[in-house]
Amino acid sequence: MDPLALLPEILLAGAAVVGLLLGSHLPRRRQWLVAVLALVACVAGTGATAVVWFRADMAVFGGSYVVDVATNATRVTVLVAVVLVLGLAVGPLRGARREAEFVVLVLLSALGAVLLAGADDLLLLAASYLLASIPLYALAGFAKDAPGTEAALKFYLMGALPGVVVPAGVAVLLGVGGTTGYAGLSGGLDAAPRAAVAVGGVAVLAGLLFKAGAVPAHFWVPDVTEGARPVVAALVTTVPKIGAVVAVHRFITTPMASSPVDWGMLVAVIAAVTMTLGNLAAFFQDNVRRLLAYSTISQVGYLLVGVAAGRGDLALPGVLLYLLGYAVTNLGAFAVVCALPAAALRTDYRGLVRRRPWLAVSLVVLLLGLVGTPPTAVFAGKLLVFTAALDAGLGWLVVLAAVNTVASVFYYLRWIGPAVRGDATTRFTTDRWAEVTAYVTAGASVLLGVLTGPVLALVGP
Amino acid sequence: MKVLTAVVFLPLVAAVVLLVAPRTGDRFAHVVWMATSAVELLLVVVLWIGYRPGPSGFDHEVHHRWIPTVDAGYHVGVDGFSLPLVALTTVLFLSCAIYSARETRRVRSYAALFLFLETVCLGVFVALDLVLFFVFFDLSIVGMYFVIAGWGHRDAARAALKFFLYTFLGSLVLLLGFIGLYLASTPHTFDVVALTGQEPLAGKGAVGALVLAALALGLAIKTPVVPFHTWLPPAHTEAPAAGSAILAGILLKMGTYGFVRIVMPTLPGTWRDYAPVFVVLGVVSVVYGALVALAQRDFKRMIAYTSVNHMGYVVLGVGAAGVIASTDEQARDLAVTGAVTQMVSHGLITAALFLLAGVLHERGSTYRMADYRGLAARAPRFAVLTATASFASLGLPGFSGFIAEFQVFTGALGGVPVATGVALLGILITAALFLRAVQGLLLGPFAAPGGRFPDLTTPELAATAPLVVLSAVIGVFPRFLLDVVEPAARALNTVLGG
Repeated sequence: MDPLALLPEILLAGAAVVGLLLGSHLPRRRQWLVAVLALVACVAGTGATAVVWFRADMAVFGGSYVVDVATNATRVTVLVAVVLVLGLAVGPLRGARREAEFVVLVLLSALGAVLLAGADDLLLLAASYLLASIPLYALAGFAKDAPGTEAALKFYLMGALPGVVVPAGVAVLLGVGGTTGYAGLSGGLDAAPRAAVAVGGVAVLAGLLFKAGAVPAHFWVPDVTEGARPVVAALVTTVPKIGAVVAVHRFITTPMASSPVDWGMLVAVIAAVTMTLGNLAAFFQDNVRRLLAYSTISQVGYLLVGVAAGRGDLALPGVLLYLLGYAVTNLGAFAVVCALPAAALRTDYRGLVRRRPWLAVSLVVLLLGLVGTPPTAVFAGKLLVFTAALDAGLGWLVVLAAVNTVASVFYYLRWIGPAVRGDATTRFTTDRWAEVTAYVTAGASVLLGVLTGPVLALVGP
Repeated sequence: MKVLTAVVFLPLVAAVVLLVAPRTGDRFAHVVWMATSAVELLLVVVLWIGYRPGPSGFDHEVHHRWIPTVDAGYHVGVDGFSLPLVALTTVLFLSCAIYSARETRRVRSYAALFLFLETVCLGVFVALDLVLFFVFFDLSIVGMYFVIAGWGHRDAARAALKFFLYTFLGSLVLLLGFIGLYLASTPHTFDVVALTGQEPLAGKGAVGALVLAALALGLAIKTPVVPFHTWLPPAHTEAPAAGSAILAGILLKMGTYGFVRIVMPTLPGTWRDYAPVFVVLGVVSVVYGALVALAQRDFKRMIAYTSVNHMGYVVLGVGAAGVIASTDEQARDLAVTGAVTQMVSHGLITAALFLLAGVLHERGSTYRMADYRGLAARAPRFAVLTATASFASLGLPGFSGFIAEFQVFTGALGGVPVATGVALLGILITAALFLRAVQGLLLGPFAAPGGRFPDLTTPELAATAPLVVLSAVIGVFPRFLLDVVEPAARALNTVLGG
């Protein structure tokens, strides 16, 4: 086995362990060294991924983990997301107690997300589910305040159910398929009883949908997003989704591909319900974090449109591109929220353009980016995902996604409106680091969209 | 040739420079805006003089790979359809720049926004790739939203939102149609020129109809064709004058331009099958737009509805071209040429009228026609221009509108005589409503809110007069325009011939 193949995962895990040790020995004013360590690990991990990018797909760990373009793209996207989250965390956490612990938990949850995407075995999938979940429970309550504690409790309780259901599903599939490896299952479920496969598969999917924040496992999203710190909200609505969406795609196209249940259709229906419910709930939200929470739910719906397209030529590339675009854009929107800690309601943004014109411009670019306005990265993702779904015969789903996209304009504009109008009556105190992150993400969102060609060539068919 | 790219993106560069430059005065921002627009116009005049379409029918064609995986490219070029609209765009943007000399609210952002819009509008007209077209098409909505929301009148926020939602819906439906075209083509491509050669949906029945429906709905909302026009009046009523001029003068053209650039060449067979639908929609727009305009008491709303009427002639023209039997090539060429000429003509005249409406509002803070009387006595320049523009708009010979509508009617008469006859009614009604408006506003004893009505200032005159003069020039010497449009119309009809 090539040790380079797993270097990004090793770096994340190593940085987490070293960070924890360092953190317990460093004085509080030097804790930032742990964040630097994490940053180095992310950069090195991205580099290591680049080195193995063009190698042939390979299965490692006795076939339980696969390194292919989907895993590599997830690694890069997650690592980029972690760097951005670290940027957002500087303001609120610099010199704070438990700064090192925060960084370590972020690294562990990122590792869990990457493993989810690469897992080629149900047991590893179940383990990564836990790794991707548990650090986030702790992070949700990190502030130790009432809303944070409530968020953490809700998050934990709602996560505990899938935490039990996933192993049960694994057991059922093991029972009917005779193995937990995807490679073995992909042929082994042909003759299995339909009901058992359906029950097992749905149970596993339930866990992944919980991580992705898709309906019907989405109830935690708004509460955690509003209750936890903004930087944590940015993390939990981005990083686990990346791994979970890729995992869903892998799950329905590899072990379940030949099973007697139409998983593509099931995911299509989930996608339809997810984007619609997310949008409807976002409509009249005045709290910007709740608004973003529901927006992330609807975004998962669009992502699942691409997943439902299954093995189509553009399906996986579209999803991977969309995930990168979504991660950057969504983190950017949260960066604006983090940059203005005092503004909780959309009306608090009134007159932002007068006081902080570039922050307002970034907000406009990022929110319109989430809508899917060209030439941003999410537009490119949506274009490909829609094309793949239409090609797969899911015309109804694409039409529904288009209608939902139009509807989503309404609530994003309800936020943009006050920000670009009104007089400069309010004073805005900003978090410098988050502000810079917002600029960077806004620029990256447009740049990625313009550079769709080369990026797509990397993940493309 | 890289000229075209420079023409398209120069305003964007200027906009960025304006925004990034350290605090500069409003005066400076306005000068940069006007200078850039003037340079653009100059460049396009040079393009026009040197216009020599190659064997592909396009001049200044540039084709770079952009998203090779789905064969979407940066493919731009101008032909007889796009060049007049590109020229119209630069003319109108310069007019708006000059007109906005008195703007005092956030001039720097306003100038940057209009420069951004200029790039976007030019981009739509030169794009020869569906994805590229869509990028600009969608951004035009974003730009106009901010113009209306940021600089509009009292109820602007609501009108801007309606405008955004409605036209964004149109653009997404259009995108679905584009994806349909892409999936139907082999090899898959978003390139308009490649698709034109392919006829990807020939003989695919229902799928072809569905893709046509998506494309047509998307473009019809933008045009707007009755019954998809309801976003237009509130948007115009609330928009600032320059915004209205661009919205009516340029943005509406994107809809009808889409028909001649994308829908008709890529779906010729389906277009022929369903052309009667467009003839009917065109006639309904003509008559309905005219009738509703007749009922308006608000000058700006009246002009907004005459836009629906005028764009109806364009739709009638392109629809008729699909109905006319392939034997009568001359009639078909006339109909298409007339439709494109009407786009240019309507752009010039309506922009002038909207800017004049802005003058009205600036003086009296209302668009209500009943509040003004006898303006000719106090404001002769305003009166002359308003009267001339109104006559041009109702299709008086000697102005561009006559040339355009005459060609549309002559072309369409043979193929769809009844529809053409009904559409003629539209001209009558428009004539009546403009005469009534001119009479009410300009003649009789003087009355205006506040009792004062200063005549046009130099910038206002410099912004509006050239538009009316240009309309007259086209009306009297149309050959310079028709010589450019006709070859493109013939090329389109060869594809459409079937």
